[in-house]
Amino acid sequence: MRNTIVSLISIILGLIAGGLLMLFIGASPIEGYTYLFQGALKNISRIGDTLATATPLVFTGLAVAFAFRTGLFNIGAAGQMLIGGLCATAVALTFDLSRPILILVMILAGIVGGGLWAFIPGYFKARFNVHEVVSTIMMNWIAYWTVYYVVPGYFKGEFLETESRKLAEESTLRTPWLTEMFQGSYINLGLFFAVIAVIIIAFIINKTTLGFELKAVGFNRHAAEYAGMKVNRNIILSMLISGALAGLGGVALYTGNASSMQIGILPSQGYDGIAVALLGANSPIGVFFAALLFGILYSGTGFMNAMIEIPPELANTIIAIIIYFAATSVMIHRLLNKFRKTRSNANDVNGPVGKKGEA
Amino acid sequence: MWTIIEQIFPYAIVFTIPLLITALGGLFSERSGIVNIGLEGLMISGAFASALTVNFLQDKMQGSTILWIGLLVAVVVGILFSLLHAFASINLSADQVISGTAINMIAMALTVFLARNITGSGNIRITSGFTPFDVPVLSQIPIIGDLLFTKTYATTWFILVVLLLSAFILNKTKFGLRLKSCGEFPQAAQAAGINVVRIRYIGVMISGALAGLGGAIIILTYAGEFTGSVSGLGFLALASLIFGQWRPLGILGATLFFGFASTIANVSQVIPELAVIPPIILKIFPYVVTLIALVIFSKSSQAPKAAGEPFDPGKR
Repeated sequence: MRNTIVSLISIILGLIAGGLLMLFIGASPIEGYTYLFQGALKNISRIGDTLATATPLVFTGLAVAFAFRTGLFNIGAAGQMLIGGLCATAVALTFDLSRPILILVMILAGIVGGGLWAFIPGYFKARFNVHEVVSTIMMNWIAYWTVYYVVPGYFKGEFLETESRKLAEESTLRTPWLTEMFQGSYINLGLFFAVIAVIIIAFIINKTTLGFELKAVGFNRHAAEYAGMKVNRNIILSMLISGALAGLGGVALYTGNASSMQIGILPSQGYDGIAVALLGANSPIGVFFAALLFGILYSGTGFMNAMIEIPPELANTIIAIIIYFAATSVMIHRLLNKFRKTRSNANDVNGPVGKKGEA
Repeated sequence: MWTIIEQIFPYAIVFTIPLLITALGGLFSERSGIVNIGLEGLMISGAFASALTVNFLQDKMQGSTILWIGLLVAVVVGILFSLLHAFASINLSADQVISGTAINMIAMALTVFLARNITGSGNIRITSGFTPFDVPVLSQIPIIGDLLFTKTYATTWFILVVLLLSAFILNKTKFGLRLKSCGEFPQAAQAAGINVVRIRYIGVMISGALAGLGGAIIILTYAGEFTGSVSGLGFLALASLIFGQWRPLGILGATLFFGFASTIANVSQVIPELAVIPPIILKIFPYVVTLIALVIFSKSSQAPKAAGEPFDPGKR
């Protein structure tokens, strides 16, 4: 409850800051936001695009949040996405399987690729106490250059050196019925996998011994060890699952939303995953809604940019500012406490602060 | 072989300098006890500020003065930007890694947002940067002259002076020792009458100034255009800091290593002797070596003990 309020206040402050920025460059914030939300939600096709944009963010957000619960900061979701996506693309371009099996193998490839990429930092952390922030950043760049040379080397596109071959329509996550239902949107099966992942991760964290142990390691590593938990194994396992989730994000991005891989780009969804996790207070459900919000911001800014001259980077800026406020939530907590105190002093009622409406 | 080394050397040094100065900035911050993962963002803000300043002034003024003004503005912007991080991690006890990440995200997004609004394309080009020159007399010395004193930039010498100055300040002055004590055992430092909050603020602000300078040097020496990123150099600077074990000379060694490794990878295709090695190996080499170095150093890490922890005066 408290976390939700803090998140909502962060969002509102971020949106206000975005509005000020629009004013600063001489545009009207009201007009800007109207176009932004229209662009994201105006019709069924745009809603589909928004959901599709949110899908990889759900995965990377879950990935970061899951590692966070074990006290690990997985800043390498971008690299894990790249490798997961590369593995899935490689499978889709190499094997000639029937569609359900192919999709299944692609997903497994994504899980293995992303998981492997996070296993290495996890192992280094557990065995040598190497800080995961630096090692995952290194892994990001190794992934970046791996894709940079593997894609043109083995899966070169027909026209462009910088792109992989396009996947056949039936080997992507898109399905005709979804595309028709959302009137030509690029929404795809990735969304369903994302929802399933949210449910599974919520179950693991809240209902299983593994989840309990992972959280215990996150709260106090030494206490967990004293209680007889295998701390090192849990750290590796947590990174492995986190990486697998990010790898799935890569599958959703490169074989669902897109149908080819571009080289020379670290997917921004990896970094945004940190923001999603933070805003979602590291809970799977929170992550899901935070990802939806970011999906709205991202898919809405294109339309906004087309209608009035506001650069689309407004979305990233708003998200970044939201994260700054979420990171400094102490400030909001203090303000809330003050607010509560003055209220209870005034009429001796300490009822909960009224829920703010979704912005 | 000699000619190759001779050719590579000046480029490697040019590439090393921004890394070096940024890592030095990180050194001040981490030694004072604040982990600064926002170096990348601070570099970007400096790069943006200098590109914008020089772009704005280049029609109105002549000579290299505008370049130095550009550097100065970058330093100021870097400091201002780093205050966000300082406020969050010192006053509000925020998670320093998250706050630093937020700094990175804000810098990456905001600079491109503003640049796009100013130029339309999001890129800011400058018509003239620092020009390389041969140091008189010294460049005539055999071997060393060719390697170290030809095709050098004024900024290179400037940064080397800053390096020496930093080493001196950190190890020999009252302020430097106080700064380090805040990163090791802030409670004891406070008991000794040191204002931990103030010292940490200064540490973070120095990191902002130097990282801003690093970003600006990229633009004003070899890049010539602001494109909204510094291609992960800030993170590489962070790695150099660890690689160099939080010591100025160690950092010099680590950044030189990165400078050479990257330059070799970049020019490998035009040099027949190097073209036989698959480029992917050369490109990932520095990162793999860093990972290995992290493992090797993990046993005897010299990291400041209190880095990353919010300062709690009551803690025993």
